[in-house]
Amino acid sequence: MTAPGASAAVDVGDERAAYLELIGRADERGAVGLVLGLLEDGVAAETLLLELIAPAQRRVGELWAANRWSVAREHGATAVSERAVAAIATRAVGEGAPARGRITVACTDGEYHALPTRLLAEVLRLRGWHVDFLGASVPGPHLITHLHRTGPDVVALGCALATRLPRAHATLTACQAVGVPVLAGGSGFGGDGRFARLLGADAWAPTADAAADLLTDEGLSVFPSPAEAPAHLSDEEYTHLTRRRGDLLPRAMTALTRAYPPMASYDARRLDATAEDLGHLLDFLSSALYVDDTGLFADFVGWTAGVLRARRVPAGALEAGLRVFHDELRDFPRARRILTRGIGAARDAGADWET
Amino acid sequence: MTTARPANGTAGTVGVAAGDLAGTPAAPDGRLLRAIVEACGEGVVVCDAGGVVVMVNAAAAGLMPGLAPGRPLTSGAAGALFRPDHPEGDSRRVDHGRRRLLVRRESFGVAHRAWYLRDVTAESARTGALLAERHRTRFLMEAGRRLSASLNTRRCARVTVELAAASLADTAMVVLPPGRRQAGWVRATGGRPLQEGTVGTAATASVPGLAEALAGFPPVPSRWLDPAQVPGWLLPEGFGPAGHLLVTPLPGNGVPAGALVLARREGGSSFDEEGETLVRVFASRAGAAISAAALYQEQSATNAILTADLMPPELPAPAGMELAGSLRAAQQAALIGGDFYDVYLPEPGGPGEPLVVLGDVCGKGARAAVLAGQVRHCLRALLLVERRIERLVPLLNRALRACPSPNPYVTLVLGALRAGRDGHARVDLVVAGHPAPLILRRDGGVSEVGARGPLLGALPQAPVTPVSVDLAPGEVCLLYSDGITEAFGGPGGREMYGARRLKDALATCAGMPVAAVVERLEQISTDWLGGAVQDDRALLAVQARP
Repeated sequence: MTAPGASAAVDVGDERAAYLELIGRADERGAVGLVLGLLEDGVAAETLLLELIAPAQRRVGELWAANRWSVAREHGATAVSERAVAAIATRAVGEGAPARGRITVACTDGEYHALPTRLLAEVLRLRGWHVDFLGASVPGPHLITHLHRTGPDVVALGCALATRLPRAHATLTACQAVGVPVLAGGSGFGGDGRFARLLGADAWAPTADAAADLLTDEGLSVFPSPAEAPAHLSDEEYTHLTRRRGDLLPRAMTALTRAYPPMASYDARRLDATAEDLGHLLDFLSSALYVDDTGLFADFVGWTAGVLRARRVPAGALEAGLRVFHDELRDFPRARRILTRGIGAARDAGADWET
Repeated sequence: MTTARPANGTAGTVGVAAGDLAGTPAAPDGRLLRAIVEACGEGVVVCDAGGVVVMVNAAAAGLMPGLAPGRPLTSGAAGALFRPDHPEGDSRRVDHGRRRLLVRRESFGVAHRAWYLRDVTAESARTGALLAERHRTRFLMEAGRRLSASLNTRRCARVTVELAAASLADTAMVVLPPGRRQAGWVRATGGRPLQEGTVGTAATASVPGLAEALAGFPPVPSRWLDPAQVPGWLLPEGFGPAGHLLVTPLPGNGVPAGALVLARREGGSSFDEEGETLVRVFASRAGAAISAAALYQEQSATNAILTADLMPPELPAPAGMELAGSLRAAQQAALIGGDFYDVYLPEPGGPGEPLVVLGDVCGKGARAAVLAGQVRHCLRALLLVERRIERLVPLLNRALRACPSPNPYVTLVLGALRAGRDGHARVDLVVAGHPAPLILRRDGGVSEVGARGPLLGALPQAPVTPVSVDLAPGEVCLLYSDGITEAFGGPGGREMYGARRLKDALATCAGMPVAAVVERLEQISTDWLGGAVQDDRALLAVQARP
């Protein structure tokens, strides 16, 4: 059952550098031409999506984090990849009606890293599923309305950033409440899917093809037992932290100005950026509390340290920010434990820098 | 305690009670004790070591007429009741004729055994009925929970057959109300995957009672079917001969919800009266759920058609330019609102240039969306007679003032797009009561277009003056609604986003494809709101092709 000339064994590794270079210049015509040429040469569409475009996009993220690509270049590259995916999809799909079940594919509310989820949608389409792709940042009520109207067999929910996990949890619970099982995917659910399991997703897959493999005609191969509401949430630290966010951040900014003298000379834009960084720390802290995982926060701190170092922000700034939160959150024993680990991670990253 | 107890530890009684309790009132003598035992409601049979009955009270004689002193205990039918291996002190339930008896054995000394018999027929029946009732209640609760979850017809039908096949029958099928030519069905059979299919409407007429049930009116009772006359499509392949078949209508809320067909295999139990009652109660719940879902489906299909026109259009790429837009409605279920944008291309080969509009009508939600849709259509019609933007706007103002809506107020930006030389694009803009568009230059500089004009729909006159902007390749003209700049949120949660931040964000987008510009601005805005959606937000960007 192979199309003439098609061969899954074609290695697209050699084309990756060329593709990356094209999207790095936001050269839409060139990038689309490259993938369509490969498609014509017999490379399977799924191979192009998962072995050319997906790795290139991962590399784009790394290049941005290392401050080698600007935000503009990163977004430009992603926009071009979106077009390339669309071109492949138009060319490769379209013969006959989908033969398998119906699946709704959506990104969690607030989640704008849509490309990995889009790739999943296209892979499923290629494998004969009837796919409704709802796009980036899908509000929960819209998703549920869609489920009532179309009655799919499964919802595939993408979440790239762990800060969206509480909302992903609300969404997947709502989907299950209307009787539709949820397949969770994306790095937000943890590299090993542990947060998907914790939050009661019916299944989890690390990659688009693994997800497609899980979806057999018999339905979804599910986790052995449905999870109860996570017990650690009963201490309400997550709830209180979220509620206090509005007070906490301005106080942290004031405290940080005292603890980190260079801030006194920041202009409005730089102060906005610092507040945004502190906001991200707090969001990851909230999520770490939500899923009770210190590693989640420590990983984020380590990653942030790398991003800041690439932008020549002194290592002490991050640690100072974490200490401010640690001091402010006196009544939050679990949050303080997580912050202590975070401070350790920041110090380790700083030590790397010194050496 | 000085009472001599039998070695087996059973409480001492008749033989020993009389003697030892010195100082207490005189104990009853043997005759009196006998009379007491005789009057006891529980049957008492005493026999000696050889198994010969020595005493039978009236209650025991009533339960077992054959028992009499001097005869062996286990003669005749009594053998099943008085088994030699009956453990001492234990009670057993034994069915005896039409009665159910509770039998207990005790030993007294070495010589005597006593058997106690209690008639528990009525009590057992009550317990059995209670358990069955509890089982039915649990089943109906589970059915209610699962059936109420979905508003999708197909899913409700699937849940119905899954529940029925698990508790009521070996196979269960829901035949949905037929369309013009065919009816959909769903079937669940224990241990097999769910099946779905369709059957011709004519074929349903061959099943007695099914056509009436599918019609929904008037409610017909369940029908027994002769398994021999059942058409093949009614049962799953390889099911074997059906012993019992029941067709029950699914009564809907004024909308026929179809019929439930249940089958049990030959040799299985038939549907008794209580079972049939349970099926009817279940069918009424399933029917209510399916018909509610059918109503919802019909309304949401209508809704989808009505709102399709209110959704933002697919954006074309006029000569030399790229367009990108984003619309996020505060109303999150249907995604419609009072912000809108649209593009009007000239007729192929006709005069005029492409026009873009982005606007915001007073209010939110469906009401605002309807007015927004009217503004878009109104513009389309007005364009047939007038393409000059500075004249279009006053015409639209007059049309709005004639509009019967209570608050037909609209703010908007209207732009005419023209391809220029060397890849440049020219955008002529008029602004009516709306935030002025922003221009992103190649070097990252951002400026505001200096055009102003009044809100539309309020005053008799709406004079506007067009402003012309030249875009070099890659440069962007951004139209946006106040939902972006007036969004409250940010790190502290209470700050307004404001034009300064929007300009800063736009400045970081120099060199991006226009789709990426719009997506990034939308993302920043959504992050700023932090999940607290307040207003509709619209963005529309025009870029001279890089």
